Amino acid sequence: MSYYARASGWHPPALHPPYKTSVKRSPSFAPVTMPQTPSELTGPAFGHGLFGPLDNDLIRNFGAEAAIGPRIVVFGRVQDEDGRPVPEALLEIWQANASGRYRHAKEGYIGAIDPNFGGCGRTITDAEGRYEFRTIQPGAYPWPNGPNDWRPAHIHFSIFGRAFAQRLITQMYFEGDPMIWRCPIVSSIPSREAVEGLIARWDPEATLPMDARAFRFDITLRGRRGTMFEGRP
Amino acid sequence: MRFRESASQTAGPYVHIGCTPNFCGIGGVYTEDLGSRMITGDAKGERITIRGTVIDGAGMALRDAMVEIWQADAAGLYASPEEARGAADPHFTGFGRRAGDYETGEWVFETIRPGPVPGPGGRMQAPHVTFWIVARGINLGLHTRMYFPEDDLSADPVLSRIEHRSRIATLVAKAEGQGAYRFDIRLQGPEETIFFEC
Repeated sequence: MSYYARASGWHPPALHPPYKTSVKRSPSFAPVTMPQTPSELTGPAFGHGLFGPLDNDLIRNFGAEAAIGPRIVVFGRVQDEDGRPVPEALLEIWQANASGRYRHAKEGYIGAIDPNFGGCGRTITDAEGRYEFRTIQPGAYPWPNGPNDWRPAHIHFSIFGRAFAQRLITQMYFEGDPMIWRCPIVSSIPSREAVEGLIARWDPEATLPMDARAFRFDITLRGRRGTMFEGRP
Repeated sequence: MRFRESASQTAGPYVHIGCTPNFCGIGGVYTEDLGSRMITGDAKGERITIRGTVIDGAGMALRDAMVEIWQADAAGLYASPEEARGAADPHFTGFGRRAGDYETGEWVFETIRPGPVPGPGGRMQAPHVTFWIVARGINLGLHTRMYFPEDDLSADPVLSRIEHRSRIATLVAKAEGQGAYRFDIRLQGPEETIFFEC
Protein backbone atom coordinates (compact mmCIF):
# COMPACT_ATOMS: atom_id res chain seq x y z
CA MET A 1 0.00 0.00 0.00
CA SER A 2 1.32 3.42 -0.87
CA TYR A 3 0.14 6.93 -1.62
CA TYR A 4 0.37 8.25 -5.17
CA ALA A 5 3.43 10.39 -5.70
CA ARG A 6 2.82 14.12 -5.78
CA ALA A 7 2.96 15.22 -9.41
CA SER A 8 5.74 17.67 -10.14
CA GLY A 9 4.57 21.06 -11.32
CA TRP A 10 1.21 20.90 -9.55
CA HIS A 11 2.03 22.36 -6.15
CA PRO A 12 3.82 25.70 -5.87
CA PRO A 13 7.61 25.45 -6.21
CA ALA A 14 9.55 26.28 -3.04
CA LEU A 15 11.05 29.33 -4.74
CA HIS A 16 8.58 31.84 -6.20
CA PRO A 17 10.41 35.21 -6.28
CA PRO A 18 7.28 37.37 -6.62
CA TYR A 19 6.49 36.08 -3.11
CA LYS A 20 9.61 37.64 -1.63
CA THR A 21 9.77 35.71 1.63
CA SER A 22 10.18 32.48 -0.33
CA VAL A 23 13.58 33.61 -1.61
CA LYS A 24 15.46 32.90 1.64
CA ARG A 25 13.10 30.19 2.88
CA SER A 26 13.19 27.84 -0.09
CA PRO A 27 15.53 24.84 -0.01
CA SER A 28 18.01 24.94 -2.90
CA PHE A 29 18.42 21.17 -3.16
CA ALA A 30 15.65 19.12 -4.70
CA PRO A 31 13.85 16.99 -2.10
CA VAL A 32 15.25 13.48 -1.72
CA THR A 33 12.75 10.85 -2.82
CA MET A 34 12.23 8.22 -0.15
CA PRO A 35 10.05 5.13 0.16
CA GLN A 36 6.86 5.30 2.22
CA THR A 37 7.30 3.47 5.51
CA PRO A 38 5.00 3.14 8.54
CA SER A 39 6.28 6.58 9.59
CA GLU A 40 4.59 8.15 6.57
CA LEU A 41 1.68 5.70 6.18
CA THR A 42 0.34 6.31 9.68
CA GLY A 43 -0.88 9.56 11.16
CA PRO A 44 -2.44 10.93 14.31
CA ALA A 45 -6.16 10.42 14.80
CA PHE A 46 -8.40 12.96 16.51
CA GLY A 47 -11.57 11.58 18.01
CA HIS A 48 -14.89 13.37 18.06
CA GLY A 49 -14.37 13.91 21.80
CA LEU A 50 -11.80 16.61 21.07
CA PHE A 51 -14.38 19.11 19.92
CA GLY A 52 -16.48 21.62 21.78
CA PRO A 53 -19.93 22.50 20.40
CA LEU A 54 -18.78 25.88 19.03
CA ASP A 55 -15.41 24.80 17.68
CA ASN A 56 -16.68 25.06 14.09
CA ASP A 57 -18.66 28.28 14.64
CA LEU A 58 -16.31 31.26 14.32
CA ILE A 59 -19.25 33.66 14.64
CA ARG A 60 -19.83 32.56 18.23
CA ASN A 61 -16.78 30.72 19.54
CA PHE A 62 -14.78 33.70 20.84
CA GLY A 63 -16.87 36.58 22.15
CA ALA A 64 -20.07 37.04 24.10
CA GLU A 65 -21.75 38.57 21.04
CA ALA A 66 -21.82 37.45 17.43
CA ALA A 67 -18.88 38.47 15.25
CA ILE A 68 -19.43 41.33 12.81
CA GLY A 69 -19.48 40.71 9.08
CA PRO A 70 -21.28 38.82 6.33
CA ARG A 71 -22.45 35.54 7.82
CA ILE A 72 -21.49 32.52 5.77
CA VAL A 73 -21.39 28.75 5.90
CA VAL A 74 -18.32 27.03 4.44
CA PHE A 75 -18.97 23.39 3.78
CA GLY A 76 -17.79 20.56 1.58
CA ARG A 77 -16.29 17.15 1.38
CA VAL A 78 -12.81 15.81 1.96
CA GLN A 79 -11.98 13.08 -0.53
CA ASP A 80 -8.89 11.39 -1.89
CA GLU A 81 -7.64 11.42 -5.46
CA ASP A 82 -9.83 8.42 -6.25
CA GLY A 83 -12.90 10.27 -5.01
CA ARG A 84 -13.23 8.20 -1.86
CA PRO A 85 -14.41 10.16 1.18
CA VAL A 86 -11.90 10.75 3.94
CA PRO A 87 -13.79 10.34 7.22
CA GLU A 88 -12.43 11.72 10.50
CA ALA A 89 -10.17 14.19 8.76
CA LEU A 90 -9.27 17.04 11.10
CA LEU A 91 -9.77 20.50 9.58
CA GLU A 92 -8.41 23.58 11.31
CA ILE A 93 -9.09 27.01 9.84
CA TRP A 94 -7.97 30.56 10.55
CA GLN A 95 -8.78 33.87 8.94
CA ALA A 96 -8.88 37.64 9.19
CA ASN A 97 -12.02 39.37 10.40
CA ALA A 98 -14.44 41.29 8.18
CA SER A 99 -12.04 44.28 8.12
CA GLY A 100 -9.16 42.13 6.93
CA ARG A 101 -7.48 42.20 10.33
CA TYR A 102 -6.03 39.19 12.14
CA ARG A 103 -6.04 38.83 15.91
CA HIS A 104 -2.28 38.53 16.30
CA ALA A 105 0.48 40.42 18.14
CA LYS A 106 2.48 40.85 14.93
CA GLU A 107 -0.45 42.14 12.86
CA GLY A 108 -0.09 45.80 11.89
CA TYR A 109 -3.00 46.57 9.58
CA ILE A 110 -5.24 49.51 10.49
CA GLY A 111 -8.43 47.49 9.95
CA ALA A 112 -10.51 47.42 13.12
CA ILE A 113 -10.34 44.54 15.58
CA ASP A 114 -13.66 42.86 16.23
CA PRO A 115 -13.83 42.11 19.96
CA ASN A 116 -16.06 39.14 19.22
CA PHE A 117 -13.94 37.47 16.58
CA GLY A 118 -11.02 35.19 17.41
CA GLY A 119 -10.46 33.79 13.95
CA CYS A 120 -9.94 30.06 14.54
CA GLY A 121 -12.14 27.03 14.13
CA ARG A 122 -11.85 23.29 13.76
CA THR A 123 -13.98 20.29 12.94
CA ILE A 124 -13.78 16.68 11.83
CA THR A 125 -15.34 15.06 8.78
CA ASP A 126 -18.21 12.62 9.09
CA ALA A 127 -18.41 9.12 7.59
CA GLU A 128 -18.98 10.61 4.11
CA GLY A 129 -16.09 13.05 4.45
CA ARG A 130 -18.38 16.05 4.94
CA TYR A 131 -17.63 19.09 7.08
CA GLU A 132 -19.15 22.47 7.83
CA PHE A 133 -18.08 25.76 9.40
CA ARG A 134 -20.02 28.88 10.25
CA THR A 135 -18.02 32.07 10.02
CA ILE A 136 -17.97 35.59 8.64
CA GLN A 137 -16.58 36.40 5.22
CA PRO A 138 -13.05 37.74 5.79
CA GLY A 139 -11.93 41.04 4.32
CA ALA A 140 -9.11 41.58 1.85
CA TYR A 141 -6.01 43.29 3.25
CA PRO A 142 -2.70 44.80 2.14
CA TRP A 143 0.56 43.06 3.02
CA PRO A 144 4.22 43.98 2.87
CA ASN A 145 5.57 42.35 -0.29
CA GLY A 146 5.42 44.58 -3.33
CA PRO A 147 4.58 48.28 -2.81
CA ASN A 148 0.83 47.68 -3.12
CA ASP A 149 0.05 43.99 -2.78
CA TRP A 150 -3.30 42.89 -1.41
CA ARG A 151 -4.43 39.43 -0.42
CA PRO A 152 -7.77 38.35 -1.80
CA ALA A 153 -10.24 37.30 0.89
CA HIS A 154 -9.24 33.83 2.00
CA ILE A 155 -9.54 31.23 4.74
CA HIS A 156 -6.52 29.11 5.71
CA PHE A 157 -7.11 25.36 5.98
CA SER A 158 -4.91 22.78 7.73
CA ILE A 159 -5.90 19.18 7.00
CA PHE A 160 -4.93 15.84 8.50
CA GLY A 161 -5.99 12.76 6.55
CA ARG A 162 -5.28 9.20 7.59
CA ALA A 163 -1.55 9.32 7.00
CA PHE A 164 1.15 11.87 7.67
CA ALA A 165 1.94 11.60 3.93
CA GLN A 166 -1.40 13.36 3.29
CA ARG A 167 -0.67 16.34 5.54
CA LEU A 168 -1.62 19.57 3.80
CA ILE A 169 -2.06 23.27 4.45
CA THR A 170 -3.77 25.44 1.87
CA GLN A 171 -6.05 28.47 1.44
CA MET A 172 -9.62 28.82 0.24
CA TYR A 173 -10.68 31.74 -1.97
CA PHE A 174 -14.10 33.07 -2.94
CA GLU A 175 -15.75 32.70 -6.33
CA GLY A 176 -15.78 35.83 -8.43
CA ASP A 177 -13.01 37.69 -6.60
CA PRO A 178 -10.86 39.47 -9.22
CA MET A 179 -8.05 39.89 -6.68
CA ILE A 180 -7.28 36.17 -6.82
CA TRP A 181 -5.55 36.59 -10.15
CA ARG A 182 -3.26 39.40 -8.97
CA CYS A 183 -1.95 37.78 -5.81
CA PRO A 184 1.74 36.75 -5.65
CA ILE A 185 0.88 33.91 -3.25
CA VAL A 186 -1.86 32.51 -5.47
CA SER A 187 0.44 32.86 -8.48
CA SER A 188 2.95 30.55 -6.81
CA ILE A 189 0.59 27.80 -8.03
CA PRO A 190 1.71 26.91 -11.56
CA SER A 191 -1.62 26.13 -13.24
CA ARG A 192 -4.95 27.88 -13.43
CA GLU A 193 -6.62 24.49 -12.95
CA ALA A 194 -4.94 24.03 -9.58
CA VAL A 195 -5.94 27.55 -8.49
CA GLU A 196 -9.55 26.91 -9.54
CA GLY A 197 -9.56 23.97 -7.15
CA LEU A 198 -9.02 26.37 -4.24
CA ILE A 199 -11.96 28.65 -5.09
CA ALA A 200 -15.10 28.01 -3.08
CA ARG A 201 -18.34 28.21 -5.05
CA TRP A 202 -21.35 30.16 -3.89
CA ASP A 203 -24.12 27.59 -3.45
CA PRO A 204 -27.55 29.26 -3.34
CA GLU A 205 -29.21 25.90 -2.68
CA ALA A 206 -27.36 25.57 0.61
CA THR A 207 -28.21 29.07 1.83
CA LEU A 208 -29.58 29.31 5.34
CA PRO A 209 -32.65 31.51 4.75
CA MET A 210 -32.55 34.83 6.62
CA ASP A 211 -29.20 33.79 8.14
CA ALA A 212 -26.15 33.00 6.00
CA ARG A 213 -24.95 32.46 2.45
CA ALA A 214 -23.17 29.19 1.74
CA PHE A 215 -19.89 28.45 -0.05
CA ARG A 216 -18.89 24.96 -1.06
CA PHE A 217 -15.21 23.99 -0.82
CA ASP A 218 -14.20 20.40 -1.53
CA ILE A 219 -10.72 19.27 -0.58
CA THR A 220 -8.76 16.47 -2.20
CA LEU A 221 -5.96 14.66 -0.36
CA ARG A 222 -3.47 12.21 -1.79
CA GLY A 223 -4.98 8.85 -2.75
CA ARG A 224 -3.43 5.44 -2.42
CA ARG A 225 -3.04 2.26 -4.35
CA GLY A 226 -2.95 -1.32 -3.22
CA THR A 227 -5.53 -1.21 -0.46
CA MET A 228 -7.53 -4.12 -1.90
CA PHE A 229 -4.48 -6.36 -1.72
CA GLU A 230 -3.67 -5.56 1.86
CA GLY A 231 -6.81 -6.92 3.45
CA ARG A 232 -7.34 -3.60 5.23
CA PRO A 233 -10.10 -1.01 4.75
CA MET B 1 -6.81 8.87 -10.09
CA ARG B 2 -9.93 10.88 -10.87
CA PHE B 3 -9.16 14.03 -8.93
CA ARG B 4 -6.10 16.19 -8.34
CA GLU B 5 -4.81 16.89 -4.86
CA SER B 6 -5.76 20.34 -3.58
CA ALA B 7 -2.78 22.60 -4.23
CA SER B 8 -0.74 23.71 -1.25
CA GLN B 9 -0.52 27.33 -0.13
CA THR B 10 1.74 28.88 2.48
CA ALA B 11 0.58 28.73 6.09
CA GLY B 12 1.43 32.44 6.25
CA PRO B 13 2.54 34.50 9.24
CA TYR B 14 -0.56 33.82 11.32
CA VAL B 15 -0.61 30.02 11.34
CA HIS B 16 -0.65 30.22 15.14
CA ILE B 17 -4.18 31.61 15.14
CA GLY B 18 -5.50 28.40 13.67
CA CYS B 19 -3.09 25.82 15.00
CA THR B 20 -1.85 27.10 18.37
CA PRO B 21 -4.42 29.74 19.37
CA ASN B 22 -3.69 29.55 23.09
CA PHE B 23 -0.01 30.18 22.35
CA CYS B 24 -0.84 33.41 20.52
CA GLY B 25 -3.27 34.76 23.08
CA ILE B 26 -6.56 33.52 21.68
CA GLY B 27 -7.72 31.81 24.83
CA GLY B 28 -11.01 30.22 25.66
CA VAL B 29 -11.78 28.70 22.28
CA TYR B 30 -9.98 25.37 22.75
CA THR B 31 -9.03 23.90 26.12
CA GLU B 32 -5.46 23.40 24.99
CA ASP B 33 -3.46 23.62 21.80
CA LEU B 34 -3.40 20.48 19.69
CA GLY B 35 -0.17 18.54 20.06
CA SER B 36 0.93 20.39 23.19
CA ARG B 37 1.21 17.18 25.25
CA MET B 38 2.66 14.04 23.73
CA ILE B 39 3.00 12.16 27.01
CA THR B 40 -0.45 11.80 28.56
CA GLY B 41 0.26 9.34 31.36
CA ASP B 42 2.76 6.74 32.40
CA ALA B 43 4.30 6.26 28.96
CA LYS B 44 6.99 3.64 28.57
CA GLY B 45 10.43 4.69 27.46
CA GLU B 46 13.13 7.26 28.06
CA ARG B 47 11.99 10.87 28.39
CA ILE B 48 13.85 13.14 26.04
CA THR B 49 13.66 16.73 24.87
CA ILE B 50 14.21 17.95 21.34
CA ARG B 51 14.81 21.64 20.87
CA GLY B 52 15.82 23.66 17.87
CA THR B 53 15.17 26.49 15.48
CA VAL B 54 14.39 26.77 11.80
CA ILE B 55 17.01 28.97 10.11
CA ASP B 56 16.64 30.83 6.82
CA GLY B 57 19.19 31.40 4.07
CA ALA B 58 20.46 34.59 5.73
CA GLY B 59 21.21 32.73 8.97
CA MET B 60 18.22 34.13 10.82
CA ALA B 61 15.90 32.00 12.96
CA LEU B 62 12.30 31.94 11.76
CA ARG B 63 10.06 33.40 14.45
CA ASP B 64 6.81 32.53 12.73
CA ALA B 65 7.25 28.85 11.92
CA MET B 66 5.10 25.97 13.08
CA VAL B 67 6.82 22.64 13.58
CA GLU B 68 5.06 19.29 13.87
CA ILE B 69 6.57 15.95 14.77
CA TRP B 70 5.24 12.42 14.40
CA GLN B 71 7.00 9.46 15.91
CA ALA B 72 6.66 5.91 17.13
CA ASP B 73 6.42 4.95 20.79
CA ALA B 74 9.21 3.19 22.68
CA ALA B 75 8.23 -0.11 21.08
CA GLY B 76 8.30 1.29 17.54
CA LEU B 77 4.51 1.47 17.16
CA TYR B 78 2.44 4.42 15.99
CA ALA B 79 -0.66 5.62 17.82
CA SER B 80 -2.69 5.55 14.60
CA PRO B 81 -5.67 3.63 13.22
CA GLU B 82 -3.38 2.92 10.26
CA GLU B 83 -0.87 1.08 12.46
CA ALA B 84 -1.22 -2.59 11.47
CA ARG B 85 1.51 -4.09 13.67
CA GLY B 86 -0.04 -3.78 17.11
CA ALA B 87 -1.43 -1.42 19.72
CA ALA B 88 0.73 1.56 20.60
CA ASP B 89 1.33 2.85 24.13
CA PRO B 90 -1.99 4.41 25.25
CA HIS B 91 -0.12 7.11 27.17
CA PHE B 92 1.81 8.48 24.22
CA THR B 93 0.24 10.33 21.27
CA GLY B 94 3.27 10.40 18.97
CA PHE B 95 2.14 13.80 17.64
CA GLY B 96 3.62 17.11 18.73
CA ARG B 97 3.15 20.64 17.50
CA ARG B 98 4.97 23.83 18.47
CA ALA B 99 5.15 27.44 17.44
CA GLY B 100 8.59 28.99 17.59
CA ASP B 101 9.22 31.49 20.40
CA TYR B 102 8.26 35.01 19.26
CA GLU B 103 11.74 36.37 20.12
CA THR B 104 14.16 33.50 19.52
CA GLY B 105 12.22 31.19 17.23
CA GLU B 106 13.13 28.23 19.44
CA TRP B 107 10.76 25.31 20.08
CA VAL B 108 11.03 22.39 22.48
CA PHE B 109 9.29 19.01 22.39
CA GLU B 110 9.05 16.85 25.50
CA THR B 111 8.74 13.34 24.21
CA ILE B 112 10.17 9.84 24.51
CA ARG B 113 12.88 8.08 22.58
CA PRO B 114 11.19 6.26 19.68
CA GLY B 115 11.77 2.60 19.01
CA PRO B 116 12.85 1.36 15.60
CA VAL B 117 10.28 0.96 12.82
CA PRO B 118 10.58 -1.37 9.81
CA GLY B 119 11.12 0.12 6.38
CA PRO B 120 11.12 -1.21 2.83
CA GLY B 121 11.23 -5.00 2.62
CA GLY B 122 11.00 -5.26 6.39
CA ARG B 123 14.50 -3.87 6.88
CA MET B 124 14.70 -2.04 10.19
CA GLN B 125 15.10 1.72 10.08
CA ALA B 126 17.16 3.57 12.62
CA PRO B 127 14.99 5.30 15.24
CA HIS B 128 13.81 8.65 13.92
CA VAL B 129 11.32 11.44 14.39
CA THR B 130 9.40 12.83 11.38
CA PHE B 131 9.33 16.63 11.16
CA TRP B 132 6.97 18.82 9.14
CA ILE B 133 7.66 22.56 8.92
CA VAL B 134 5.41 25.32 7.66
CA ALA B 135 5.79 29.10 7.78
CA ARG B 136 5.36 32.29 5.85
CA GLY B 137 7.43 31.91 2.67
CA ILE B 138 7.21 28.09 2.66
CA ASN B 139 4.87 27.15 -0.15
CA LEU B 140 4.61 23.42 0.57
CA GLY B 141 5.19 21.95 4.03
CA LEU B 142 8.75 20.64 4.41
CA HIS B 143 9.16 17.01 5.43
CA THR B 144 12.34 15.85 7.11
CA ARG B 145 13.55 13.41 9.75
CA MET B 146 15.68 13.62 12.86
CA TYR B 147 17.99 10.74 13.80
CA PHE B 148 19.91 10.20 17.03
CA PRO B 149 23.68 10.70 17.32
CA GLU B 150 24.20 7.50 19.39
CA ASP B 151 22.73 5.21 16.75
CA ASP B 152 24.44 3.29 13.98
CA LEU B 153 22.92 4.83 10.85
CA SER B 154 25.05 2.93 8.35
CA ALA B 155 22.40 0.32 7.49
CA ASP B 156 19.34 2.56 7.51
CA PRO B 157 17.33 1.84 4.32
CA VAL B 158 16.21 5.46 3.88
CA LEU B 159 19.55 7.11 4.57
CA SER B 160 21.30 4.64 2.30
CA ARG B 161 19.47 6.21 -0.66
CA ILE B 162 21.02 9.61 -0.15
CA GLU B 163 23.55 10.40 -2.83
CA HIS B 164 25.33 13.25 -1.06
CA ARG B 165 26.63 11.31 1.93
CA SER B 166 28.04 14.41 3.60
CA ARG B 167 24.52 15.81 3.91
CA ILE B 168 23.31 12.99 6.19
CA ALA B 169 24.83 14.86 9.13
CA THR B 170 22.09 17.49 8.66
CA LEU B 171 19.55 14.90 9.87
CA VAL B 172 21.39 13.94 13.05
CA ALA B 173 20.56 15.73 16.30
CA LYS B 174 23.27 16.99 18.63
CA ALA B 175 23.36 15.68 22.19
CA GLU B 176 23.24 18.48 24.77
CA GLY B 177 23.22 16.32 27.89
CA GLN B 178 21.38 13.24 29.10
CA GLY B 179 18.24 12.88 27.01
CA ALA B 180 18.53 16.41 25.63
CA TYR B 181 18.90 16.93 21.90
CA ARG B 182 19.18 19.89 19.57
CA PHE B 183 17.96 19.69 16.00
CA ASP B 184 18.31 22.91 14.00
CA ILE B 185 16.72 22.91 10.56
CA ARG B 186 18.47 24.95 7.89
CA LEU B 187 16.44 25.93 4.84
CA GLN B 188 19.45 26.96 2.76
CA GLY B 189 23.23 27.28 2.92
CA PRO B 190 26.15 24.85 3.13
CA GLU B 191 24.43 22.85 5.87
CA GLU B 192 20.97 22.85 4.25
CA THR B 193 18.87 20.16 5.89
CA ILE B 194 17.80 17.26 3.73
CA PHE B 195 14.10 17.41 2.93
CA PHE B 196 12.19 14.45 1.60
CA GLU B 197 9.35 13.69 -0.74
CA CYS B 198 7.66 10.34 -0.52
